[in-house]
Amino acid sequence: MNTPLPFILRRPWLVLLASLLLIFMCSAGLSKLYFRGDYRIFFAPDNPQLQAFEQMQAEFNKSDNILIGIAPKDGQVFQPALLQLIEDYTDAAWQTPYSIRVDSLSNYQHTVAELDDLQVDDLVRNGAALTTAEIAAIKQVALAEPVLVNRLIATNGAVTAINITLQLPEPTGQQQVDEIWHFVRALSDEFAAKHPDVTFYHTGIIAMNYAFASEAEADVKRLVPIMLLAIILMLAWLLRSAWAAFATLIIIIVTVTSTLGIAGWLGIFMSTATVNVPTILMTLAVADSVHLLACMQLALREGKSKPEAIRFSLQRNWLPVLITSVTTAIGFLTLNFSEVPILRDLGNLTAVGVMLACLFSLTLLPLMMWVLPLKAAKNVERSAAKMDWLANQVVQKQKPILYGFVILTLISTALLTLNEVNDEPNEYFAKSTAFRQANDFMEQNLSGFTSVDFALSGAGEGAIAQPEFLAALAGFSAWLAEQPEVMHVNTLSDIIKRLNRNMHQDDPAFYRLPDTAEEAAQYLLLYEMSLPFGLDLNNQLNIDKSATRLTATLYNLGSKEIIAFEQRALEYVASNFPTYQVTAASAALMFAHIGERNMASMLSTLPVALLLISLLLVFSLRSLRLGVLSLIPNLVPAIIGFGLWGLFIGEINLALSVVAGMSLGIIVDDTVHFLAKYRYARLEGRDNEQAVRYAFHSVGRALWITTMVLVSGFAVLIFSSFRLNSDMGLLTSGIILIALIVDLLFLPACLLKLDKSKDEKHVQNA
Amino acid sequence: MFKTLNKMLFVSALLCALPLVADEQAKGLAIAQEQKARDRGWVESESELQMILRNAQGRESARRMRTFALEVQGDGDKALTIFDEPLDVRGSAFLTHSHPTAEDDQWLYLPSVKRTRRIASRNKSGPFMASEFAYEDMTSFELEKFSFRYLRDEACGELQCYVVEQTPTDTFSGYSKIIVWVDQAHYRVIQAEYYDRKASLLKTLTASDYRQYLDKFWRPHKLHMLNAQTGKSTDLVLETIRFQTGRTAADFDVSALERAR
Repeated sequence: MNTPLPFILRRPWLVLLASLLLIFMCSAGLSKLYFRGDYRIFFAPDNPQLQAFEQMQAEFNKSDNILIGIAPKDGQVFQPALLQLIEDYTDAAWQTPYSIRVDSLSNYQHTVAELDDLQVDDLVRNGAALTTAEIAAIKQVALAEPVLVNRLIATNGAVTAINITLQLPEPTGQQQVDEIWHFVRALSDEFAAKHPDVTFYHTGIIAMNYAFASEAEADVKRLVPIMLLAIILMLAWLLRSAWAAFATLIIIIVTVTSTLGIAGWLGIFMSTATVNVPTILMTLAVADSVHLLACMQLALREGKSKPEAIRFSLQRNWLPVLITSVTTAIGFLTLNFSEVPILRDLGNLTAVGVMLACLFSLTLLPLMMWVLPLKAAKNVERSAAKMDWLANQVVQKQKPILYGFVILTLISTALLTLNEVNDEPNEYFAKSTAFRQANDFMEQNLSGFTSVDFALSGAGEGAIAQPEFLAALAGFSAWLAEQPEVMHVNTLSDIIKRLNRNMHQDDPAFYRLPDTAEEAAQYLLLYEMSLPFGLDLNNQLNIDKSATRLTATLYNLGSKEIIAFEQRALEYVASNFPTYQVTAASAALMFAHIGERNMASMLSTLPVALLLISLLLVFSLRSLRLGVLSLIPNLVPAIIGFGLWGLFIGEINLALSVVAGMSLGIIVDDTVHFLAKYRYARLEGRDNEQAVRYAFHSVGRALWITTMVLVSGFAVLIFSSFRLNSDMGLLTSGIILIALIVDLLFLPACLLKLDKSKDEKHVQNA
Repeated sequence: MFKTLNKMLFVSALLCALPLVADEQAKGLAIAQEQKARDRGWVESESELQMILRNAQGRESARRMRTFALEVQGDGDKALTIFDEPLDVRGSAFLTHSHPTAEDDQWLYLPSVKRTRRIASRNKSGPFMASEFAYEDMTSFELEKFSFRYLRDEACGELQCYVVEQTPTDTFSGYSKIIVWVDQAHYRVIQAEYYDRKASLLKTLTASDYRQYLDKFWRPHKLHMLNAQTGKSTDLVLETIRFQTGRTAADFDVSALERAR
């Protein structure tokens, strides 16, 4: 075969120089690389839930927040020292960068009617100096106030919270998130030092953004060393050559730095998704190198000189390495159809990296091996003998294998339906992470992290003061509060009722909505005039007072339940208060919808990817028949993998919805190698049984080796503290392992059954 | 040895700087005093105002009100604001007696319940009618409410301005400082920057369309307040202003609130 590759060996210095230049230029972009954890990176600008969310944030104030949970060990918030702590923390919290509002038990604006005065003041002042009677009074007010209970104070008074609302400049960078986080953490540490009997928890949007970025960074620090260790061990085991391992490591490193450098140049940032690029690339690059090196070692063993061995390996492998790289890249490029921008970045970067790995494996690696010493392969006979044994087994038991796999595939197809799409940002984090622990604690002891904002709008300016509107608002709020998913409802109707009572000398009989729009509007005027800086109603009312925002805090639910809750709420308003408009938005809703949207788009692109890859196989194998047959080993592993997932786990998050496309590109490689050898034997005139034996003998070991590399590479991701990444690692490595079994059992059984000798003519002419 | 030398240098530098700081404060105070002096003697006025609230996307909402004001010698001024729009608060009347050192007295009359309520004025830092103006931005300018520091001279548009830093003395103020541009010719506030309690720029006031009344008193007909953090803004437009309308202290009494129309 005429190949361009001897050129590499003829002009090594030129090739070396060009490669080094390329590596240097790409890697220079590394300095531009940064981490970003803003949860909005999961959503494309045209995502309808994101747009609804931004619309609501523009109409009312922003709702980005950080919530500090304060839990005294003795479970007593209502005591002088604790109240003073809340007060001091609240004061200090106003210094938080980008803060526009601080809400706490102490600065809750308590309203009392005193003769003709309306006293509006902080609920707690000088907490440390309060008497038992005063504290009892404060406790009574706090635990009876719907605005506070289950939001800032637990019903049993054991845990309290301070909520800091932030107005982050657009576009938000990780730097601002870090600034806020470090400020608040420093505050908590300072108070914790003074109050060793109090535990502080941090949750809210900023805490989540920080956790996304910091856990991604921690992932790199944790996973990359494991990965390197795994690779070194694997190479030592597979190649038994320190120099070959060294050369492979060099290829891996330049591939990763070049790819990440390109990311830097393109302005692609490191996120929970793209943080996987190094680990995935390392795995894929190892596979390329191992193929080439193993082949060189075989050639050496056959008595060839080293230059001959290198030439032989390049000639034998350049096309398969290229094709498998292209199919892998296609698989990753399918991520471009994902709804999630960072998954698209993951796909594109990996695709670029795979092609770079291919390039470097075919240029730098042979050049390095030219100089470095390389030992001949050992133990080849033993593993070839094992493969021959396996081939015998398959030939002898082809029927049980064939029908067994057909049945297994059918069962798995049925099991697929057990999978349910579920995306819950809280659950993305492993139980060992501080963010998850804070969320779980707060959900159990005070209030959930999940919330949904509703904007209820009436017709025209000042609509919110109309009695009918307020009745609808109160009705909707009451309905929300009754729902099993809901822990707390923050609504204007509670404030208006309280003001009405205040205006009637605190007579409990007047804890109801006022009769006229004038009363409601004027009470609000009075109240708004009385509120201090930052504690106004602008987060609940729009500027012409035609709409109000109410917030339902929910238990941490799965995406199905949240969507169902949203639908039920919207339908409730539509059927009971059809004159008013209602919209729902929140970060939780965005995550709840993204899984479904992503799944739908990924499923629709899968056939396209499958078609592309099959076409590529038809051309590279030069056989329509084998190309079509290749669909079986390409599809079955994903079906069995997802079927087993449905049986044992059953939850699909947005990272898993891309696994099918991604793994497709990888597992095709095995099929390509196996079928190429099979076809070669058929062309030489052997029948299908002999061809199967030949394929086993010549590539069985290589398949086994690369599968081990790939499986352990993706298995490293299981150690990630993100469920998105650990699930993806688990399922992908599972599918790759299943693919090997399918390629070594089901595929040959199919070939034996379906590719009978009478078709030989067809194969030859195709 | 080296350390002592360093210390000595530091102390002497401090000693040199101290009179400088005192100078700046004296000059700042002098500018504020002149500002106050030039606005003395207007006695009382009546004005019609429109307030246009704008959110970050540019959506608008209007408020309308009339304000009667009375100059009080030896104490803070008195003001009575009657709301005309939106209609649901029409006839609500807001009376303030400001005091240079003590807390201001504030009352609000609500026509729907025909009652007057006193407001605890500790909370004067919140938004006025949900606008970007706080009550404390609109109350009478009293020297005792701030400490002053002259910063520099600077051009402000076509005019030449003094730039003065005002630090509120009241702990209940929403601001850590206000930087004010006062024009050197007439001592009028041309621009002001309000900094929140964490010392970040909160909002910027631009005063324009100054007109002179009674051959002496300058009044801005447009005040534009832009919130730098939320992107919201409010225009306070002075539509008409008349002086010497014949109102007396009795018209600014709490008992007069219910009669106000």
